[in-house]
Amino acid sequence: MKPAADQDLNALAKRLRSHALRMISAAKTSHIGSCLSVADILAVLYGSILRVDPKRPGWPERDRLIMSKGHAAAILYAAVAEAGFMPTEALAEYARNGGQLYGHATHWGVPGVEMSSGSLGHGLPVGAGMALTAKRAGANWRVFVVMSDGECDEGSNWEAILFAGHHQLDNLNIVIDYNKIQSLDRVEKTLRLEPLADKLRAFGWEVREVDGHDVRALREAFEALPLAAAKPNAIIAHTVKGKGVSWMEGKVLWHYRAPTPEELETALAEVAAS
Amino acid sequence: MRTAFIQTLNELADRDERVCLIVGDLGYSVIEEFASKHPDQFVNAGVSEQNMIGLAVGMALTGKVVFTYSIGNFGTLRCLEQIRNDVCYHRAEVKVVAVGGGLAYGNLGVTHHASEDVAIMRSLPNMTVVAPGDPVEARLATRAVVALNGPCYLRLGKAGEPVVHAKEPDFALGRAITLLDGSDVTLIASGGMLATSDRVARALTDQGLGVRLISMHTVKPVDRQAITRAATETRYVFTLEEHSVEGGLGGAVAEVMAEIEAPHAPLKRIGLRPEFNTTVGDQTYLKKVHGLDEETVLKTIQQIITRSYGRVG
Repeated sequence: MKPAADQDLNALAKRLRSHALRMISAAKTSHIGSCLSVADILAVLYGSILRVDPKRPGWPERDRLIMSKGHAAAILYAAVAEAGFMPTEALAEYARNGGQLYGHATHWGVPGVEMSSGSLGHGLPVGAGMALTAKRAGANWRVFVVMSDGECDEGSNWEAILFAGHHQLDNLNIVIDYNKIQSLDRVEKTLRLEPLADKLRAFGWEVREVDGHDVRALREAFEALPLAAAKPNAIIAHTVKGKGVSWMEGKVLWHYRAPTPEELETALAEVAAS
Repeated sequence: MRTAFIQTLNELADRDERVCLIVGDLGYSVIEEFASKHPDQFVNAGVSEQNMIGLAVGMALTGKVVFTYSIGNFGTLRCLEQIRNDVCYHRAEVKVVAVGGGLAYGNLGVTHHASEDVAIMRSLPNMTVVAPGDPVEARLATRAVVALNGPCYLRLGKAGEPVVHAKEPDFALGRAITLLDGSDVTLIASGGMLATSDRVARALTDQGLGVRLISMHTVKPVDRQAITRAATETRYVFTLEEHSVEGGLGGAVAEVMAEIEAPHAPLKRIGLRPEFNTTVGDQTYLKKVHGLDEETVLKTIQQIITRSYGRVG
């Protein structure tokens, strides 16, 4: 994929945020804060990094992106639609009766979504299995697993982190959307992750920390993959929950609440002006 | 059974490089040949069953047919949600293999008693559940499971089970095997209880009873036709399994029989009482505690027949 200009990636991120706001407001579902924090990460991955072909969703040589933080499904569907896997009009089906787009990431009937998720801690083990297949086959495609910070509480992830380090899966990349807030409270008040980078390094991973809202920094980090020989890669993206809508930023409330129609209008205006 | 399984898997892996085996750090003296002959088709996931299932799904979604191997509860209950969401929902080509079905690891403790696994696996959409009755069925089942398109749970005993089938039967997943035909009573067995049932069936036959003996190696999808025929053509149906009487083979047969509209035979489920064992015992000892030894099974059936029909033969 040819590198996109920063302004194009920022524009894509704005569209993803706007889609997610509309979808979640209309469906009255949760997790807008989690969508907004990961918007720039998905924009850079789909806009500049992933080798995927919307005309051939099952292309064997494609890069695989697993959205392990499946609660941010709305913005994943938006990213997949903007990448051309389905018309953006289909996003109106989100969480609607009779549609295909469940409120947690769903592969069934949704081209471009590699794996269904929603229960946390499932994506990375599956990603490690994919990466192992590719490595043994000498294939060039890569695996990206987008994770939440709260999700790092799940023991299954650490099983896979141990495995990937041992097996030197340098074609496996995790992106941790480190927005510092999990379901009920701040991460540091729930189960402290710090020092997160050191933990991953101790498990044999190469780690880079970036500003998860700086598209150039994200792109440069992804373009540098693999970061080191014979090590799996962790990009810790420091983000803000609810990023892009000032009154949602850093608030646990917006893990749950859906914006009202009036709130949606002001949120969309803020995103457009940003 | 596990010997028949691993030998067959070895042969299949020789011919088909898609066939992979992931073990959860178990299989000492079982998996070594596979691991050395097929290093690129083998993974030891370590003691991490959730990751083991996830790895299997990732490999299956990228073209492999993956067998996972562990002891009864570890490879099923410990990672149940991975099996439900990642294996079954994605219809991944993952075949979950458990050794030590039932009380095979009797004196190792309750943690090692696989007594609810069939019930739980059977409740999952897209899952096929197979509990072969002897080493011959284990071999045939392993081949069939590779050819099956989709997830499967293959429940094995351990080593040294007697061969019941003198010659290789016709084998198809979902189609029960009738070993003896008769019109008085039906014995439907799954897993290692086939051998016990075979001996009991012959003893009852010697007493003049017409016995139908069915191996229900596939508990899901269960052979409804074989059950319906047994329930309408014979006078009493017994299920025999080394598993809780709740939700396993007995449960599956009960579900089918409850929906038969025509007059039909009553059912007695013979299996493990749904409780944790509180006394130490090996498989033979604990089977006796639960009334699953040949002598007690025979007596149980004779008593029920005598009570219902006033005679045995």
